Amino acid sequence: MRHGKRLFVATFLLPPLAVYGVFVLSPYAQAVQISTTDWGGLSPDYSYVGLDNFLRLARDPYLWNALGHNAVLLLVLPVVTIALGLLFASMLTVGGRRRAAGVQPVRGAAAYRLVYFFPQVLSVAVIGVLWKEMYAPNTGLINGALRAVGLDALTRPWLGDPDVAFWCVLAVLVWSNVGFYVVLFSAAMHAIPRDIYEAALLDGAGRASTLRRITVPLLWDTVQVAWVYLAILALDGFAVVQIVTGGGPGFSSDVIGLRLYSTAFGEARFGYASAIGVAMLFLTLSVAVLALRLTRRERVEF
Amino acid sequence: MSTNPEPAVPRRALLRGAAAAGVLAATGPLTGCALGGGGGGRDSAHGEKSAANPLGVDPAAPLEVVIFNGGLGEEYARNHEVMFQQRHPRAHIRHSATQEIAKTLQPRFVGGDPPDVVNNAGANQIDFNSLVAQGALADLGPLLDAPSLDDPAARVRDTLLPGAVESGTFDGRVLALNYAYTAYGVWYSGRLFADRGWAYPRTWDDMIALCRRIKAAGIAPWAYQGKHPRYLSWPILASAAKLAGPEVLVAIDNLEPNAWKHEAVTAAAEAYRQLVVDRYLLPGSEGMDHVQAQTEWCRGRAAFVSCGSWLENEQRAVTPADFRMTLAPTPSLTTGDRLPFQAVRGTAAESFIVPAKAHNVAGGLEYLRVMLSKAGAADFTRRTSSLTCVRDGAAGVPLTPGLASVTRVLAASGAHTFNFRYGQFYRRLERDLIDAACGEFFAGRLDTAGFTSRCQRAADEIARDDSVKKYRR
Repeated sequence: MRHGKRLFVATFLLPPLAVYGVFVLSPYAQAVQISTTDWGGLSPDYSYVGLDNFLRLARDPYLWNALGHNAVLLLVLPVVTIALGLLFASMLTVGGRRRAAGVQPVRGAAAYRLVYFFPQVLSVAVIGVLWKEMYAPNTGLINGALRAVGLDALTRPWLGDPDVAFWCVLAVLVWSNVGFYVVLFSAAMHAIPRDIYEAALLDGAGRASTLRRITVPLLWDTVQVAWVYLAILALDGFAVVQIVTGGGPGFSSDVIGLRLYSTAFGEARFGYASAIGVAMLFLTLSVAVLALRLTRRERVEF
Repeated sequence: MSTNPEPAVPRRALLRGAAAAGVLAATGPLTGCALGGGGGGRDSAHGEKSAANPLGVDPAAPLEVVIFNGGLGEEYARNHEVMFQQRHPRAHIRHSATQEIAKTLQPRFVGGDPPDVVNNAGANQIDFNSLVAQGALADLGPLLDAPSLDDPAARVRDTLLPGAVESGTFDGRVLALNYAYTAYGVWYSGRLFADRGWAYPRTWDDMIALCRRIKAAGIAPWAYQGKHPRYLSWPILASAAKLAGPEVLVAIDNLEPNAWKHEAVTAAAEAYRQLVVDRYLLPGSEGMDHVQAQTEWCRGRAAFVSCGSWLENEQRAVTPADFRMTLAPTPSLTTGDRLPFQAVRGTAAESFIVPAKAHNVAGGLEYLRVMLSKAGAADFTRRTSSLTCVRDGAAGVPLTPGLASVTRVLAASGAHTFNFRYGQFYRRLERDLIDAACGEFFAGRLDTAGFTSRCQRAADEIARDDSVKKYRR
């Protein structure tokens, strides 16, 4: 019987594990192998060069420049996205204050929820192209709107200015991700017993202190997960950067994913590109572990 | 029709694909999955050489052609394939077109199963330097020495425009056929200039004077492709070559120390800096990509734009009727320039290659021979508004306004036509590093000295990088 049960479990476990092994673990292992070669990617010939690629990587100024931008993304993207997500989510679930009768969402919450979620249904490529046109200097919606309200002084060639281009990309990343976290946090907040909020309301807590003292502590698990997701996303950002700015002007919005891509597919240096990939893998793992460690707290049972 | 028993997907390719997908990785050792299957690979097909079949094409061998589906489209290739089929009725031709040449074909180069003819072009082309360095390309010498289709007494190489062979030569071997002949210069709307009574300036002083008048008329003198500012490095280098001779460009191509700091390059950059200082560039240009900037120019918001002769085809959808797109050489910097005003940069571009490991190398070469026939060239020009590298290849084809002006400019330039190839040798140098320097320069954040030294630093960086194969002209 016991044996039969083992077999039963194994039958169900093996196919997914095999698929995972073939499509996830084996490419990782191969990337590690390739990263120790000088393989160019256009012929089957290669030779092992040991850790040369990693030494080159450590001295590559373009890579460090890109990594610096990822570091800024890592610091800013999760904070801004989660803050906005929590703010919107709490307004949509418990932020209403009309007639002060009980806990309720703000007026028109359903419509807001729908609108916030719009970016989620667009593919990243579409978002990239859309914003590239939004930022266009003369025909773009952003400069057009500024001109329409007489703020001509604020118009600029957004993506053409190395001081601004990176922040334009960051804005796109925030815009495209906030909606998902609004929905995530809203769902989690629905699981919080309403009487906690009612009690807070009776005690005269305002929106800000309700958010800070009740919502955030009770949603901590969800926030933690969001943080890890966004941290991983911040180490990537490849698709949006490639489409919106291409890393320019002059590498001012370059990210490590784009470095990897152009090293592999632009310069046909797959050995070196794999070394970048391996470095990214360890970086992402460490960031994920760190994010989980740093945000660890007592769980609140409710 | 094909009577050839060879399946569309050979067993070998299927197994390789399976291996590359990693199906064997889970069970076997990790050897050679993404890295390809090592040597091996069957011999390329070949048949009897004869006067009618000088390249020794196997009449029954299939031929696979992959075309870059960009500004030139893919229709022209279908016609070349029909012409090939007429010569070899038993050959089965597989045609495909993509914008992602590198991503699509890279695994097949590794697997030893590349197509027989590849149009390696576009932003996502396979890096030429790597293709050459990794020995992935067949020598096109036999094709160039074969008799041409139109005249069995003439070799193919003798039917081409000057510089066509040179532009595909790497280390003394011809490895690419650059099919489309491209002229670079300054473009304007003939109609706009006729309406306003403006004449294209022959000297830089006249250019600045005209820019003043154009700006006073409420039009920006120059638009530029701000996200790809290297477009403006072309007139700078052209002006430098005209000022001090094409040797300036040879030094740049050969990554010689201080080639970018040559006084001619400095003088040319200083001249073009005037456009920045006097605000003769269309405001907002630095945030536009090439399509956005060229479209502003087509709408009459700017008078001049720097581009190659693919511009007319690229802008076809938004060019007003009677725009009369016209190409002109860059203005002379001084009255004592080494080259006359008429001299322009002209070169063959749009590479076609035959992979060394192709299954039908002879067929690939034969396909290129078909392309280089007068009929093949004329049809290409008719469909794409682009000239080919075939001498008199556009004879009898009705020319669009832009193409007519390109033809006139190239004829006037004649033996003074020059070229530089550093972007072809070292893609990253032009597309990333010089591009970034141009961006800073034309946004006014670098002065001339800063610009030339930044370009020089970039060239030195490539020269020092031992992982990049070096070429000399």
